[in-house]
Amino acid sequence: MAKNAHETPGVMLEKHYHGMKDKNLMRLFILPTLVLLIAINVFPLIWSLFLSFTDYSAKMVNVWGKNPAWIGSGNFADILSDPEMWEKFITTAKYVIMTVVGEMILGFGLALLLQLEYRGRGLITTLLVLPMTMSPVIVGLMWKLFYDPNWGMFNFLLGLGRIDWIQDPARNLYSIVIADIWMWTPFVMLLSLAGLGAVPKYLYEAAEIDRASWWFKFTRITLPMVSPILMLALIFRIIEAFKIFDLPMGITGRGAMAPPLLAMHLYNVSFVTWKTSYGSAIGYIMLIMVLAITLVLVKYLNRAKQ
Amino acid sequence: MKKSIRFVVALVMCFTLVAVFAFAGGKEDAGKPAEEQFITIHWAQWAPADFLQKLSDGFTADTGIKVIVEQTPWETFVQKYNTEMIARSDAWDIIVGDSQDIGNMAVNGHYVDLTDWIKEKGVDKTFTPASLMNFAEYPKGGKKYYAVPCEGDALAWAYRKDLFEDPMNMEAFKREYGYDLGIPESWDMMKDIAEFFHDPDNGFYGIAIYGDNGYDSLAMFAEQAIWVFGGELGDYSTYQVEGLLNSEGSVMGIEYYQELFKFTPPGFGDAFYVKSNDAFTAGIVPMACNYLAFFPALANEATNPYANDTGYFACPPQKGYDGKTRQFASLGGQGASVVTYSKKQDLAMQWLDWFIQKDTQMEWARLGGYTCHAEVLNSQEFLNATPFNPTFKVSMEIFKDWWACPEYDILLRTFSQYIADYVVGGEGTAQQALDKCAKEWTAIFDKAGYYD
Repeated sequence: MAKNAHETPGVMLEKHYHGMKDKNLMRLFILPTLVLLIAINVFPLIWSLFLSFTDYSAKMVNVWGKNPAWIGSGNFADILSDPEMWEKFITTAKYVIMTVVGEMILGFGLALLLQLEYRGRGLITTLLVLPMTMSPVIVGLMWKLFYDPNWGMFNFLLGLGRIDWIQDPARNLYSIVIADIWMWTPFVMLLSLAGLGAVPKYLYEAAEIDRASWWFKFTRITLPMVSPILMLALIFRIIEAFKIFDLPMGITGRGAMAPPLLAMHLYNVSFVTWKTSYGSAIGYIMLIMVLAITLVLVKYLNRAKQ
Repeated sequence: MKKSIRFVVALVMCFTLVAVFAFAGGKEDAGKPAEEQFITIHWAQWAPADFLQKLSDGFTADTGIKVIVEQTPWETFVQKYNTEMIARSDAWDIIVGDSQDIGNMAVNGHYVDLTDWIKEKGVDKTFTPASLMNFAEYPKGGKKYYAVPCEGDALAWAYRKDLFEDPMNMEAFKREYGYDLGIPESWDMMKDIAEFFHDPDNGFYGIAIYGDNGYDSLAMFAEQAIWVFGGELGDYSTYQVEGLLNSEGSVMGIEYYQELFKFTPPGFGDAFYVKSNDAFTAGIVPMACNYLAFFPALANEATNPYANDTGYFACPPQKGYDGKTRQFASLGGQGASVVTYSKKQDLAMQWLDWFIQKDTQMEWARLGGYTCHAEVLNSQEFLNATPFNPTFKVSMEIFKDWWACPEYDILLRTFSQYIADYVVGGEGTAQQALDKCAKEWTAIFDKAGYYD
C-alpha cells in the first residue's frame, strides 16, 4: 500500500503548511468573516441598543450635541404610551395575519394540486414560482401600476370602476396584502411541495387498505407529516411580513396616506426626521416582538417534529 | 514558537493584501495626469442634471477636468446626501442640494463657507439678491454664503389654450360664473375654472395639483395657498409659530387647498411632478401645477400631444382674509455647494468659478437650466428661449421658501402628515390640523433651543 493512502486531508494540510495546526488555519480563514461580522452586525446592534436609551440625532450633531444624552427608558416609555404607535402595532399585526393566513392556505392548497399527476405540471410549477423570484421593489412598483385608478388593470379586470387602492386609507393596506400574497404564496407552495413529497407512500397505501376517506388521510397522515415544514414556512413568513418595507414603499410610498406599518414608520423616524435614538428604540421593540413570536413558533415546531 | 510566528506572519500578510486592495484605487487617482482629473457633482435625477452634465463638457474642454454629474431619484435624494454627509464622505465634491437644506448643511459643517469667495467674485452683485438669499445664505440676512445659485425654480402653471379659448367653453363659463374664461387672475378664479371643467363621468377633471406627502410636494403647494390668503408658516427670525401658522389666513389657505383638491383625478393623493405632467399630457385636465423645471416636457411635441396648445402662467394673486392682495409662488431649485470632506476642493472651486461666468450662465439657460444670473435672466434671448421663460421670470419675483433651519425636515414631516390627513384624507378641519402642527412645531423649536 502506498504511503500517501494513509494520510487524511488534515494531515496533508499540516504537512503542506509546515506544521501550522489545522485549528490555527481554521481561525485564520474565519477571522476576516468574524471581523466583518462584528463590524457590520454586532457593533451596530450594541451601539443602537445604547442609542435607544439616549436622545440623539445623527444629523443634528452641531445642534443637539455631539454626544448622545442619556435619558434611560424615556424613548421606550414614549413609544409605548403613544396611541399612534399602538395603531401602527395593530395595523402591522393585521397585515401579518392577513398575509400569512392567505399565503399558508393558498400555498398549501396549490401544493396539494401540484401533487396530482397531470400534463404540464412542471411548467405550471415553474410559472407559479416566478413572482417569488422578482425583486420586492419591482413587484411593488408593478402593482402600483396595476392599482392606478385611472388606467390600472386591477380595477379594469374586476370591473370595479375608479377605486383608489393606493391612497385611500380604508383600502391601501389590502392592496399591499394582495401583492404580498401574490408574491410569497409560491414560497409556501414550494416548501409544502417538499414536505408532501417526503410523506412515505406506504402510509397512504395502508390507509387505503383500511378504506380510509380522503379527509381521514388528509388530517391523520398528510397534515401531521407536513406540519414541521409548514411551521417552518410559517416562521419565515411571519418574520418577513412583520418587517415588510419594500412592498409598501413601492406601492404606497412612505407618505402620510401610506398604511401605518412599523417598518415604514421606523424608516421615516430614522432617515427622514433623523430621530436616531427614537428609531433605535422602535427597532429594538420590533426585534423583541419578532424574537418572542419566533421562540413560541420554534417550540411548536419542535413539538411537531416529535 | 516557530508555528506561532508563522501564524502571525500569515495574518500580517492577509491584512497587507486587504490594505493594498483597499488603497489601490486612491493611489491610482493620485498618480493620474492632470487631463484625467475629475470632480463629481451630486444632484437629483431630472432633466436639469442632464443639462448640467452637458454644460460641464465646456468646462472639461477648457480645463481637461472631467465632470461627473451623479443623479439620485428625488424620492431619496435628500436622504442619500444627508447620510453621506453624516458619514463625512468624500464621494462628491459638489452637492446641488435643496434650498431648505442649506441651514442643516451649514450648521453641521458639511458645506464649505463661500462668503469671502462670493464677495471676491462679485456673485452677490451678478446674481439676483432673492436667489442668493434663498439658495446660498444662512442664516437669512446673515450675509454668510454656502452655495452658488444653480437652478432657480418655482411652482407655476400650464394650461390648455385650446380649451380656454374654445368659444363654447367661454360662453358656458360666462353664463355660469358671470365673467370671462381666461388665465386665472386669482386663486378664486382658478377654483371656478377647475369646477367648470370637472367632469368625472367623462373621465375629465378640473385640475392637476400635488397631493404626495412623501417629501415636500404637498407642503410646497400648501404653503403658497397659506401665503396668498394672508397666513404664515411662522416668524423665520423669532421662530414664533402659534398665532401665525394657525391664523385665520392660514386656515383659509388650507381650506382652499382641500376644496381645489376635490377637482383632481382619482388617485392624486400621491401626485408629484410625474403625475401632474402625466395628467396634463394625457389630456384629462385643463391645467396643471408643477415646478418650472418640469415644463420642457410639456413644450415638447414628442412628450405632450397638446404642446402647441399649451400656455403657461405664474401663480396668480389672491385677496386674503384681510382684504389685502398677495402673490406668492413656492420656491424650488437648488444651489451648488462645495463639500467640506472633498479632497478636490480646488477643482470644485475651479468649476464654481467657471459656472458663475455670464457666458456659462447664458449657455446654461440655452440648454434649459434656470439661471439666477440677473443680466442673463433679464435678457431678451433668455425670455424668448422657451414659451415658459417669461413665466419663470415672473415667478422669480414672487417666490418664497419653506423654513431653512436644520430642523426643516422634521417640520416638513409633521406638516405634511397633518395637512394630508385633512386635504387628502378629509379628516377633521383645517383649524385642527394647523393647531396640532403649531403645537408640535413649537415643541421642536423649544427643544432645539430657539426660545432660550
